[in-house]
Amino acid sequence: MEVALSVILILMILGAIFAIHAKDLLSAVISCSIVGYGLVICFLLLNAPDLAIVQIVVETITLVIMVAVVLDCTREEPFTKPDPQGYINIAAAVIIVVAIFFFLKGATGSLDKFGEGTLRMAKYYIEGAAEKTGSANLVTGVVFDFRGYDTLGEATVLVTAVIGVLTILRIKGKK
Amino acid sequence: MKGMTIIVKKTTQLICGIVFLYGVYVIIHGHLTPGGGFAGGVIVAGSFILLILAFGSDFMHLTREETGSTITENFGVLVALIIALTGMALGTKVFFLNWLPKGKVGELISAGVIPLYNIFVGIEVAASILTIFLALLIFKEELTR
Repeated sequence: MEVALSVILILMILGAIFAIHAKDLLSAVISCSIVGYGLVICFLLLNAPDLAIVQIVVETITLVIMVAVVLDCTREEPFTKPDPQGYINIAAAVIIVVAIFFFLKGATGSLDKFGEGTLRMAKYYIEGAAEKTGSANLVTGVVFDFRGYDTLGEATVLVTAVIGVLTILRIKGKK
Repeated sequence: MKGMTIIVKKTTQLICGIVFLYGVYVIIHGHLTPGGGFAGGVIVAGSFILLILAFGSDFMHLTREETGSTITENFGVLVALIIALTGMALGTKVFFLNWLPKGKVGELISAGVIPLYNIFVGIEVAASILTIFLALLIFKEELTR
């Protein structure tokens, strides 16, 4: 399974890199969705259908809205001169990546094996959660019972986002 | 905005109701099968977005729909908050108390108030996504006028 995950992760990284360098805005949006749909397959491989459903639905809606937006704007990317300071940026990025890999290598040695070992809190959630909450789907039981505050915050964040969109995209009030 | 060709319109007529019903199914069975308020709400919003994109709509309709969806969204999150507060109204000092009878695990009517949260969060999410989409459309219509 780790081999399949690695292949999908490499594909996602390639899609993200192509999205940055694509000449056409539409192809950039579509190649960016490779990342989202690859994540769906990763979730399915890791036995997380709940996350997979949310991810695939949200990714599809976002792609539809983004395509509808992109079709109405200028799709060609304006030509920009190469930045003379670009080499310094690339060198800094490479140094940071090497440093992060060095410390990650040291940190992962102290972790449990992949897919094994649960935290103390997760153990408490798993043991008898169906009897405690009455919900057969454990994820919903955790989301709406043990972590009700968190879910209320998520719902409120969505409302706030909508209010922000309505405030920004208003022409009449600005005049 | 204008609608699309007759092929798209006919396919939308066939598919749209099924998509809507599937979203409602995911919301209602949120405590039994994978899914829940967030996923089902986005599916329901997707059926509306499909209809608007395929058939098109004029400016007056869009603003009226936006008013309705904004009210629905605020209603959904308000009712979810009120359900969370009902536990306090019953005398206990617990926010988000699951005070309804739990029932048998695995049946459709079980798990106390969790299905109610699912339904109202689903309404709220569907209306939010639809409102964002309508706001973008109205912005474009206002720019072209």
